[in-house]
Amino acid sequence: MEFFRSHVLICGGTGCHSSGSADVMETFKAELAKNNLENEVKLVQTGCFGLCAVGPVVIVYPEGAFYSRVSVEDVSRIVSEHLLKGRIVTDLLYHDSIHEDEAIKSLNEVDFYKKQKRLALRNCGVIDPENIDEYIAFDGYKALGKVLLEMTPEETIDIIKASGLRGRGGAGFPTGVKWEFTAKAEGDKKYVCCNADEGDPGAFMDRSVLEGDPHSVLEAMAIAGYAIGADQGYIYVRAEYPIAVKRLTIAIGQAREAGLLGKNIFGTDFSFDLELRLGAGAFVCGEETALMASIEGRRGEPRPRPPFPAVKGLFGKPTLLNNVETYANIPQIILNGPEWFQTIGTEKSKGTKVFALGGKINNTGLVEVPMGTTLREIIYEIGGGIPNGKEFKAAQTGGPSGGCIPARHLDTPIDYDSLTKIGSMMGSGGLIVMDEDNCMVDIARFFLDFTVDESCGKCPPCRIGTKRMLEILDRITKGQGKEGDIEKLEELGKNIKASALCGLGQTAPNPVLSTIQYFRDEYEAHIRDKKCPAGICQALLQITIQAELCRGCGLCVKACPVDAISGERKSAHTIDQSKCIKCGACMEKCPFKAIVKG
Amino acid sequence: MSASILLENKDKFAELQQTIDEYKDKEGPLMPIMHKAQEIFGYLPIEVQEYIAEALDIPVSDIYGVATFYSQFTLKPQGKYTIGVCMGTACYVKGSQAILDELIKELDIKPGDTTEDYNFTLEATRCLGACGLAPVIMINDDVYGRLVPSDIKGIIDKYRNR
Repeated sequence: MEFFRSHVLICGGTGCHSSGSADVMETFKAELAKNNLENEVKLVQTGCFGLCAVGPVVIVYPEGAFYSRVSVEDVSRIVSEHLLKGRIVTDLLYHDSIHEDEAIKSLNEVDFYKKQKRLALRNCGVIDPENIDEYIAFDGYKALGKVLLEMTPEETIDIIKASGLRGRGGAGFPTGVKWEFTAKAEGDKKYVCCNADEGDPGAFMDRSVLEGDPHSVLEAMAIAGYAIGADQGYIYVRAEYPIAVKRLTIAIGQAREAGLLGKNIFGTDFSFDLELRLGAGAFVCGEETALMASIEGRRGEPRPRPPFPAVKGLFGKPTLLNNVETYANIPQIILNGPEWFQTIGTEKSKGTKVFALGGKINNTGLVEVPMGTTLREIIYEIGGGIPNGKEFKAAQTGGPSGGCIPARHLDTPIDYDSLTKIGSMMGSGGLIVMDEDNCMVDIARFFLDFTVDESCGKCPPCRIGTKRMLEILDRITKGQGKEGDIEKLEELGKNIKASALCGLGQTAPNPVLSTIQYFRDEYEAHIRDKKCPAGICQALLQITIQAELCRGCGLCVKACPVDAISGERKSAHTIDQSKCIKCGACMEKCPFKAIVKG
Repeated sequence: MSASILLENKDKFAELQQTIDEYKDKEGPLMPIMHKAQEIFGYLPIEVQEYIAEALDIPVSDIYGVATFYSQFTLKPQGKYTIGVCMGTACYVKGSQAILDELIKELDIKPGDTTEDYNFTLEATRCLGACGLAPVIMINDDVYGRLVPSDIKGIIDKYRNR
């Protein structure tokens, strides 16, 4: 086996890729060649390290030096100083990764990682996802071997049931029970499906698992196939995730070549193969019956349940459908046992949850924490708090199906049940932080706009009901809200939740209902005072010049695209409100900060 | 079916036929074939839909139903560069609306439309999953992140002059 004295791990996740990690990788390759280091230093393109905010991220082992925002220009310094001379380039290190005496912290001492527990993401940022050998070296496919050679399908299901694992796609249904239903269903043919249609805006957990550790999903699906008696699986993945699609394709090819997919796996009677199916940009296809319709080649419209997919699913056959993150937990549960998994998390929610942290937060990126961690810990300790000294207003979880959680619930331990209790939901794991500059009515309108657009149109409560709610919200944000609008929204929301056909419609009113519950005063300010306290809703804003600060320099007059500003030189100017389009161009230009919005 | 489009695009239809042959006997062949068709032709004109319908022996109305249901399938020719402005939550709370407005102004088209010279198509897209870099736009496969409206003109000019 080849031996390398140093390993350079470069993040190849979508976040870092977008910040230019592919060019950094190429430059490293060239620089190493130039210095004849190719046989001493190994370059590895890995999956997501989680800290997308400071990408591209490069970690050099054995020292564990964590370089952040590495540009192409920085590479030659890292190579010539660190890799050639052994001197770490401290000014390029991530600011929180060194002690005061410049000694390097190990990753689990860094604030961002300290409270995390990476199970589903354990291999992300560690192995090369395009190399099956690296996965195998980290106990990959060992769980599949154990199941096939030492256990019956019933024993396999019992382990998953005993672990307490619940579906990570959002609703939190017990995974083992789902497996058991599908195993017991009668049918000559059964299917295993993976829901990788991660459509929630602001959520990229599943994408990171697929990009960073695709084999863990393949292995888990084969285990599920053995447990329920299926020989064919489908992964339904978003077409918007090109890197994930590419790595899955490579992984499936390698697994087939290694005999880990295909006929007679591990020399047993068990055969199992997988195929990839691409979505085409329909959010509703994340709903299980719609997803299966789409694989079958139809419009992705949900159908009423029962019959549940476990009985009558893909092509009319019993089908097991789990989400990516759920599958990523399976191999470890098999290897370490259900008791081990039981020790992590809260009473009713076992294990960890991956969250995609985004919005107004310093450390945007991907975090995985034990169930029961509080929002405050995630936002302030791991996430590093809100930028620019602004005040926290709300955290949005569960995407268009979830709700906004206000500051007073920051200390709620996060699990499936506690989030539902405070009017939100776990969802797939998007966690968007909002500060004082975000308008809650506008956010509710944003989500409704999304659901109206993505509603498949099959059932009237969703098709018509959400549209009516959006119209009311539109009116409110334009300053035409009426007394009684809030009550009407509440009533419509309640009815849609009770009567819509699928999960999309049943949860669509949540963002509105939760913002009304916690931020009713903002709705009232829009409706009664015709004011947007956060200064977001354009129609409710007025841009004015404060006469005592204005020196009459005339810069704003030039900046205004509609000639709404007039005034004598060297005396206070005024804005003609009938002409003003509230673009804010004058505010940016004013050197005296005399122009305000409000 | 109009014969001229078949003749003019003989190679493209041959390539499509290859994909159809590959998937025809598999379960649920329609979506992979339509993805490939759009890749080959750039969009899904009615002639292509009719061709697939005939080859798979399913009504063309079903194909049309699928083509219009999914937002990634398009019935109109697209520009050389497709600009996707991410309107996911993370980008939205960080000001992607202002980025979109700037692009509307710069290109003088509405989202969903294509410029007259078929250079640019503007789309307001769903979450691209690059939330760490919000707000984000994508021009074909290139991603631009951490944007402010004043960045837009410079970026577009780069493509205009190509």
